[in-house]
This record gives sequence, structure tokens and C-alpha cells, in this order.
Amino acid sequence: MDPPMDFQVVVLAGGTSDKLSPLVSKELPKALLPVANKPLLSYPLELLEASNLKNIIVVVEGDEAATQVESWLSVAYMDRLNVEVVKTPGDVGTVGAIRAVAPFLISTDILIVSGDLVSDISPGAIAATHRRHGAAVTALFCPAPVSGGADSSTSGGKDKAKKPSRCNIVGLDPTRQFLLHIVSGPKVEKDIHIQKRIVRAVGQMEIRSDFMDAHVYAFKRTVLLDVLEKEDKFYSIKQDVLPYLVRTQLRSDISAKKENLADESSNGATKELPSEDININSAVPSNQNLRWLSQHREIAPSSYQEAYISDCDLNKSRPAKKTHKCCIYLSGKTQYCARLNSVQAFGDINRDMLGEASRITGYTFSAQNNVVHPTVVQGAKTTAGGQCIIAEGTILGDKCSVKRSVIGRHCRIGSNVKIVNSIVMNHVTIEDNCTIQGSVISSNVQIQERASLKDCQVGAGYVITAGSEYKSEPLTKR
Amino acid sequence: MAQKKGGKSAASDDPEELARTPLQAVLLADTFNLKFRPITLERPKVLLPLVNTPMIDYTLAWLESVGVEEVFLFCCAHAEQVKEYIGNSHWGQSHAGFSITTIESNFSMSAGDALRFIEGKNVIRGDFILITGDTISNMSLTEALQAHKDRRKKDPDTVMTMFVKRSKPMPLTHQTRLGNDEIMMAIDPETKQLLYYEDRFDSSKRAVTLDKSLLADNASLYLRTDLEDCYIDICSPEVLTIFLDNFDYQHLRRHFVKGLLHDDIMGKKIYTHEIDSSYTARVDNYRSYDTISKDIIQRWSFPLVPDVLYAGNRAQMRLQREGIYKAPDVTLSPSVRIGAFTAIGSATIIGENSSVSNSVIGELCTIGRNVSIDGCYIWDNVTIEDGCRLSHSIVCDGVHLHAGATLEPGVILSFKVEVGQNITVPAYSKVSLLPQPSKQDSDEELEYADTNSGVIDSPSIASISPANIEHDHVSSFDTEQSVLLEGGLSGVGYIWTSCETGNEEEWRYSVAPIPEEKLKEFYAKMFDEDESSSDGEQTGITHSGELISESKSTDFDDSDGEYKGDVAKFEKEVEETFERALGGVAEENVQLEINSLRMSFNVTHAECAGAVFQSVIKSAIITSNSSKSNLLKATIDAIERSKGLLSYFITNVDEEIEVILKFEEMCMEITREFAPIFSSVLHQLYDKEVITEDAILKWESEKADADESDKVFVKQSEAFLKWLKEAPEEDDEDE
Repeated sequence: MDPPMDFQVVVLAGGTSDKLSPLVSKELPKALLPVANKPLLSYPLELLEASNLKNIIVVVEGDEAATQVESWLSVAYMDRLNVEVVKTPGDVGTVGAIRAVAPFLISTDILIVSGDLVSDISPGAIAATHRRHGAAVTALFCPAPVSGGADSSTSGGKDKAKKPSRCNIVGLDPTRQFLLHIVSGPKVEKDIHIQKRIVRAVGQMEIRSDFMDAHVYAFKRTVLLDVLEKEDKFYSIKQDVLPYLVRTQLRSDISAKKENLADESSNGATKELPSEDININSAVPSNQNLRWLSQHREIAPSSYQEAYISDCDLNKSRPAKKTHKCCIYLSGKTQYCARLNSVQAFGDINRDMLGEASRITGYTFSAQNNVVHPTVVQGAKTTAGGQCIIAEGTILGDKCSVKRSVIGRHCRIGSNVKIVNSIVMNHVTIEDNCTIQGSVISSNVQIQERASLKDCQVGAGYVITAGSEYKSEPLTKR
Repeated sequence: MAQKKGGKSAASDDPEELARTPLQAVLLADTFNLKFRPITLERPKVLLPLVNTPMIDYTLAWLESVGVEEVFLFCCAHAEQVKEYIGNSHWGQSHAGFSITTIESNFSMSAGDALRFIEGKNVIRGDFILITGDTISNMSLTEALQAHKDRRKKDPDTVMTMFVKRSKPMPLTHQTRLGNDEIMMAIDPETKQLLYYEDRFDSSKRAVTLDKSLLADNASLYLRTDLEDCYIDICSPEVLTIFLDNFDYQHLRRHFVKGLLHDDIMGKKIYTHEIDSSYTARVDNYRSYDTISKDIIQRWSFPLVPDVLYAGNRAQMRLQREGIYKAPDVTLSPSVRIGAFTAIGSATIIGENSSVSNSVIGELCTIGRNVSIDGCYIWDNVTIEDGCRLSHSIVCDGVHLHAGATLEPGVILSFKVEVGQNITVPAYSKVSLLPQPSKQDSDEELEYADTNSGVIDSPSIASISPANIEHDHVSSFDTEQSVLLEGGLSGVGYIWTSCETGNEEEWRYSVAPIPEEKLKEFYAKMFDEDESSSDGEQTGITHSGELISESKSTDFDDSDGEYKGDVAKFEKEVEETFERALGGVAEENVQLEINSLRMSFNVTHAECAGAVFQSVIKSAIITSNSSKSNLLKATIDAIERSKGLLSYFITNVDEEIEVILKFEEMCMEITREFAPIFSSVLHQLYDKEVITEDAILKWESEKADADESDKVFVKQSEAFLKWLKEAPEEDDEDE
């Protein structure tokens, strides 16, 4: 008696990722990193809320980060979502995070969403797909973004640099509904081995290397917990659990074990699939094959037909032939989907929020195609160009120019400052005559006059002395 | 007639294309395999009747219909018969749609040889169609030909367009239907380029291995098992050159296609063209013969159907209700029951109360009373006396079944065989007036056919009279074949032992319906095949989702390149050398020869020792019969005989261990007959001082932590090992 949308959502918010250094710090965990002036975590949460998925567990690595996320959540979402924060020690991997929340999981299906997902793909649609197929796991994949794909398609000569590691090799059935094969992580570089059995079952398998795993998975709870229990070495959902389930889909041993488990928990949704599902991934149901077969052979009455039928029967009586389904949800080309897992991605996503994917931010862009908070004070001859977001309380001096940039709250910006293609977080002071291009300035940074920054990442609280020039450097407080 | 109709439509298809260069076709009138033996000993496969018309007529009719102007007919085995047939038929006449030139070579052993021979003739000027004489098709070529030419213009490295046909999604269906083997192909969905091809010769592996570079170059590709290879190709003239350059290419698919796909240097590309609505099939074995005959009767191959396509000089069959084809001059007794989908050729007589269903009966046959025929292919001039029962058999020209004879499913009766009164020919028998070539011969040929693809029904064998063969191979007669129906009953013919694939595989290729249990087995195998190894797989799961066992094996392949193949080749060479040595070559010369082989193949001493040992053991099989004691004796003899050689090559403990391991491997794989006497042979080796105690004990300890399955032989030798440890010097306090 599950309500149709009885999904629990686990959002893996991470902690203070090294990859995002110097932008994240103990004071600013990854989840609260501002993207278009909103904390990163708000993007997946709003997305979930839009699909009416409100039972959410947020897993955060590290005590301090957890405390901060919790306090932010309690302010921002207390009345809207049913959110709980669970903290884990650092470096336990995604599987470790799930283990930490396992006791809280009660619903039939679990949706696992990466906390750094910025997207407009409806998680509800994924959940619905998962339910419709009765799948053991459904994973969201999206076509690799063109910007990221560019290096993979143009660098004809360099084989090594060619494969961005975030891309996977996936095998799909002709209808693109089932995930038949997956290789991810470092193995992508190697030759691929594909079980023949599964190709036989579908007849035709599409293999693609340009799909990106968006780290949104819907799992049957029993399957997930079973795998975690059995395979204690698993570390990552993407690299261990998913490939494991995909690989064993025609020979599901998790389900074999399931029988006892199902009895114990007396949960209606056991994982057992009927044995005819041997052909489960075939777009053509086995019945049709059977019919075709008999049609062909009826002119030569033979043991063919009966054999085939009795064969099916045989299968039934045989010690259960278990299968489970692994499904895929492919996002459309126009949908936006990105993961903020590197400094590069941070810059890209912020820019995307200003440009092509501005719809996700929820801001209303003005006629000049920018968002300037009414409380912003702009000096004389100061211009905020298109694709800009300037948050409340910021003061800009005279003759400033801001283009394609995000400026946070309560920043003080002097006169004749140029900010192009940059992200400026909160409470930043920029003195006169500075030039900032393609950089990320964390909160509470002080940039003294005539400084020039190009493609730099400045950590929180850093002070840039007057007249200094930096290019392509990460700058942090020691 | 059909040809005219087809020809008209094709001519209108692309006149300007044809105006430039005449479309040429190479028709291989020899399939270079033994699947239709024993029939093909006497008549070439392309002339075998398929619903009363020789197969080659279907192929030629199709070639004519697609607008081919010049046909080069390559004949090899039974070339005279093919030439004679073409000469007498209307194909050789000037009013045929194309000119036909026969090219004859008696020395070609494979399609590769044939193409090399044709290259030498210098007759191919442009793109040509490559087809074998056993292909039935009614597809249109225009689109594919145009696509091929366009691709050629863009990329001169395009050498071939292969036709593939979408088959049924259920692999079980198409494999059991045609008896074909599974083919796995990887195809680029955009360009239709063929990226990977795998046939049954790699099908033992559970997983397909695709090179990573494939995916680096193509964002997506389709891996398909639902395609059948039509064995019709549009080739560029380069194909011939490639065959010439790679003189070891024999088989079109196994060598040529795979060779090009694996060869990055030449960069030659092969494309596929998928056909869906039209009919194409190749008579590859008896099972496909059966299936295709039925398809033809049911008119899937229209216009290549019996009432349209007929080139003989007797009355043509006409289609009647229920898919019954009958020539106007057949004589049927009123009480004859003719079932649906049956064809009866001209001037055939069928007696009272006989019944015929799902069968094809040729011309000038005489069928007696109370005969029941079901699912059979009866060719011309066959006499079937009263009360015979035939089911799912092929009966060739001139066969005489005496009253009351019974043919069980799957029987093949070759030309002019006689079956005596009330005799039952057991299922899957093949009977011929010609004796089966001796086991040794056929084995050798088959091995060649399987690995190098190329055996033909060599004319020399075919032309030898039975008496001669008998004389040559007297020794082989006693076990392999028996004269059918001895003991006073009349009957003529030899029963052939199944040669191609062994009895257990016979059902797959036979005309007989597949027995239920085989089907189940097959089905189970197809989907459960890795069940047995699933344990290993579970433990072999790595964090990245690969099977350890798999990746290991490929790593090995990768790093060592042709290592494996080389050792195998080396072993074979050693074996051959050794066999020659048995004929009386001096021992030093053998040593010298094997040493030079070792160096040229760059194998280690230990491997060399293993290979020599293997040859010795194999020689024991050759000289012995199957019984256990005989085998042991023969083995001991062989060891004794070659003791010098063995001790020359087996010099240290490592090599000795290698020898034991090799022997173990042989017992498990190639020469299982040794398995029961493993420990006795080991003892012998010890006694003869070929192998020392040290090596045996080391072998045992090496095996100590192996899998249970690997320890079979250790267990078997337990007594011997124990004796070894205890018997000699007591001061050895190891135990």
C-alpha cells in the first residue's frame, strides 16, 4: 500500500571537497557555495520540491559542515521540506554515506541525488520511470555537454586526453530504456568487455561513450541495502554498486537472497521477478518470439513449438531464474544538467546560470538581461551589462563596469573597477581601479587598489595588496 | 520468366551508373567446405537441386535481375560438371542477360585462393559483386550499390559493402532455423561502418572485447547479434589486391574481414548494408537447405519460386492450392494424400495410399504404395518401393529404397545408394556409395577447414574410384565405416561416420527437426552459459565493474600480442617435425630442426620441452586404439622410443615441471583419453628418468593451493606421490 510517490530522497551534499579548493573552506562547505548567489544545495532541493519529493535526508561530510548546512536548512526550508541532516566522517564514499543513512530508509524506493547537481531535469520523471519499469535501479544520464565534449571530439591525435573521465561507456537497448552495460571510472580507458549473453537477450546493444552519469539514481530499497550488506568493499555508487547491478541483471543473486529478506520484512515489493523475465530486456516480449517461432514451424509440425513452450515451463520449475531490471533515464538535449565538482565547473555553471540556463536560477532577468537587486547602489557612469547578477546591499563606485559576472551581498566596490566574467561572493571589498577577469573571489576578500586579477581563484579572507598583478593562480590564506 | 521481369526493373534503376562500367560479379561456384558431404563428393554443391532447380540458377537469376552484365564463374571442385551445366543451360546462351565466363582452377583451396586466381586473370575492372553459388536472394542492389559508390568517392579506403539481414530478435530462433552460427557485429549507427566482426570461432568466450580505440573514434556504436550475414558483398577491385598481398587470407570473413578490422595501418573500411524487406539466405548446411526450401515453396523468395524459375527441359511445376506445386504430368493414384507445401516434379509416379507432406519430390521418381514421406527432399530418378517410410531426409538422385525401408530423421542418402528390404537407416546417418575418406585425412582437412577455412571437395578424392580408396585406406575401414546392409540383404553404400562436428552437434545442421531436449539444452546454454563460472565472477568483481578473470586474460593478450598463437603454432610445427621423425629421420637431425624452430618462434626452453613431450604423447594416440591398456602400452612405447629426444630437450627441473603441466593440460583438453592413465604415465616418466622426483614433488607443491578442479591429477597420482616420498632415502626428512 505504497502511495504512488513514496520516495525517500538522499541528497549527498559532500563536505569540503579538495577539488574545489580554495573556494570551499571550513566556513563554507561545498553545499553552501554560492551559485548565482544561491547556495549550491538549494538547486537540488528546489528541484526535488518541484517534483513534490519532500522526504529528504541530506548527508554531509564532517561535523562543522553538517552544522552549517543544518542551520542554513532550518532557516531556508524548515516549513517547506521534511529535511534531516545526517553527518558522516569524511572520505567514506557515496556508499559510506548511504550506509550512514540506511537505518532511516523505509520507503520502497530511494532516490539518491548528488548535492552538487544543477539541473532542470525533473527527479519526479526519473522516479516515475523507475516505478513504471519496476526497476532495481534507474540512473539518470545526460548527453555530455557540448562544451565538455569539445575537447573529446577535436583532439583527434591525442588518444589519452580524449576521454573525459566523467564520461562512461554505457550499453543501451534499442529503445534506450534499459541499461545493459556500464563502465565508469579509470576502466573507461581500457578495452571493453561485454557479456554476450546480454547482447543476445536484446539482439542489439547501443554502446555510447558520450553520456554522462548525472549521479541521480533511483534504487529499490531492498536491492540497495542488500548490495551494501553483501559487498562491504564497495565505495562508490557510480563505480561499484551500479556496475554490479548492471552486470548481474540477468543472473540476479541479490534477489536470490531476497526471498528470506522479503519474508522477514514482509514488504510487498519483493524483488522477485517472474522467470519469463529472462528476456526482459528484449524490446519484443518473449511471447511474440514464441508466436513467430511457431508460425514458422507450423508447416513442418515438429517438436519445435512444444519444446519451446515446455522449455518455458521448464524454466519456471527450474531453481528460479532471477533477473532484475536496470533502467536508464536519458535527459533531453535541451535540458540542463551539470555537476559542480571542480573549480572549472564552478565557473562554468555560474556562467551558464547567467546565460543559457538562467531559467534554473528562478531570478527574473531585467530588460538589460541582468538581475540587479533594488538595494544595490551604483555610482555615476557605472554600468552593469547583460548576464549579470548583483545581490542586495552591494555598493558600486563611479565608472565601474560589470559584465557577465555575479556579485554577492554587501560588497563594496570602488571606482573605475572592471569586473568581467567573474564571480564575487559576499562581503568583498574591491578598491579603486582594479581589474578582475575570469576570476572567483571568495567572501571577505579585500582587493586593494590597482590590483589586477586574471583567471585567479581567491580564497576567503585573502588580502590582495595594492597594485599587484596575478594571473591564473589560486590564492589562499596560509 | 522471372529473369526478364527482374532484369527490366533493374535496368531502369540506374542506367547511367551502368553505362560507365559494366557491373561485374564474381560467383564462387565452390563453397570450400565439407558441410554437404557426402553428396558433394559426386556433385558440386551449387548444382544440388533446391526445390528441383539447381542452386546456382537462383544465384544467376538474381544476378541477372540486379543488372549484372558480366559474371565470372569460378569453379574448382567438379569444374567440368559446372561448366557442362552452364554450357547446356540458357545462361551460357547469348540471350541471357549477361555474359558468363568460367574460370577454372583446380588448386584453389579457399575463397582467398580463388580471388587471388581471379586477380591473376586481370578481368575485374571496377566494383564487383562477390557471391557464392548457393545464395538465394531477391533484394534490390541499387541503393546499396549507389551508397557504396558514394562512399568510395568520399573515402577511397572503402573496400567493401557487406549485406546483412535483420533476423529475428531471438537468437535461438535464427540459429536453430538456419543452423547458422551466431555472428556478433559492431556497427557505427551513422555511417554503417563495420567495426567488429565475430563468428563462432571466437564464440567460446563469454564476453566480447571491443578495442578502446573503437569508442574513442565513435561516440556510439551498435553491438548486434540480430543480424545475419548474407554473404553477398559489393567489393572494390582493391579487395583482390588485398588478398594478393595477404597470401594467408583464406576465408572471406574470418581472415579478410577480421584482418582488415584489426589492421589499423591500411585503414581499409568495410561497411554494411542492412536489408529488411527482401529475402536473402545462403544454403550453408542441411538445416538451411531445409529452411530455405520451405521459404521458397512459401514464396518468400518471389520471383525466385518454382513455378517461375525453372530452366530444366521437362514440364514445369504449377502452383496449386495449399502451396502444392505439381507438374502437369505427374501420375498420382487417386488415393494419394498430398499435404500442404509440397512440390512434386515432372513425370513422377506415386502409388496408392501413399502420403506426402512438406516435401519436395524431384522428377522421374517412382514411389510405390503405402509410402509415407514427410519433410523429405527427394531428388530425381528415385525409386521408393512399397511401404517405405521416410521422414526428414535427403534422398539424392538414383537412390533405390526397397520395400519396407525406413529412413529416420536426418538421414542423407547420396547418389544411387540402395537400401534393402525392411532396413531402417538410423537417424542422422549419411550413406554414400563412396567410402568416407579415412579418418586421418578428413580430420586433417577439417582442422584446416576450421582454422584456415579452406577445404574443398578436392577433385582428386572425388575422382578416385571406390575401389582405389578402399585399397589405400584399408586400415581405416574397420572402425570408421561399414558396408551397409551386409548379411545377404541387398543394399549398397557406406555409412559415413559423422565427420564435420561430431555426433553431438549433428542435430544442429541436420534436416531433421531439432529434438526437444537439444533445444532445451541449446536454450539453456545460450542464457546460462556463465552460470557455472558465476562463482568465480562474484569473487572477481572489482570496484570498477569488470570481471577480473576477463581483464586478466586480455591483459595477457595485449601485452604479449601473438604470444599465444605463436606457441600453438610452434607446437604444431614440432609435432609435424616429430611425425616426420617417426618415419626414420636421425635423432640429431630432429634435435637440430626442433632447436631451429624454437629459435625462430622465440619460445622458451621449457615451452619447447612441453611441445616435444606433447608430440611424443600424441604419437601414442596415433598408433594405438582406444582401450586404456593399449593406450598406456603405446604411450610407454612412445616414451621409450623417443627417450633420447626427450632427455635432450628436458634438461632441468623447470622444464620437467613444464612437461608435467603440459601433460596435465593435455589430459584436460585436447587428449582427454589420457586422463585415466595420467598417474601411470607419470610413473613411467619417472622410471624412464625423463622426469626426476624433484620435479614431481615441486609440481605437487605448486598445485597445493590450486582450485579443486585443477587438482584432479594430483589426487589421481596420490599413491604414486606417497610412494615417491616414502620409498627412497629415508634420511630425507621432509615428510
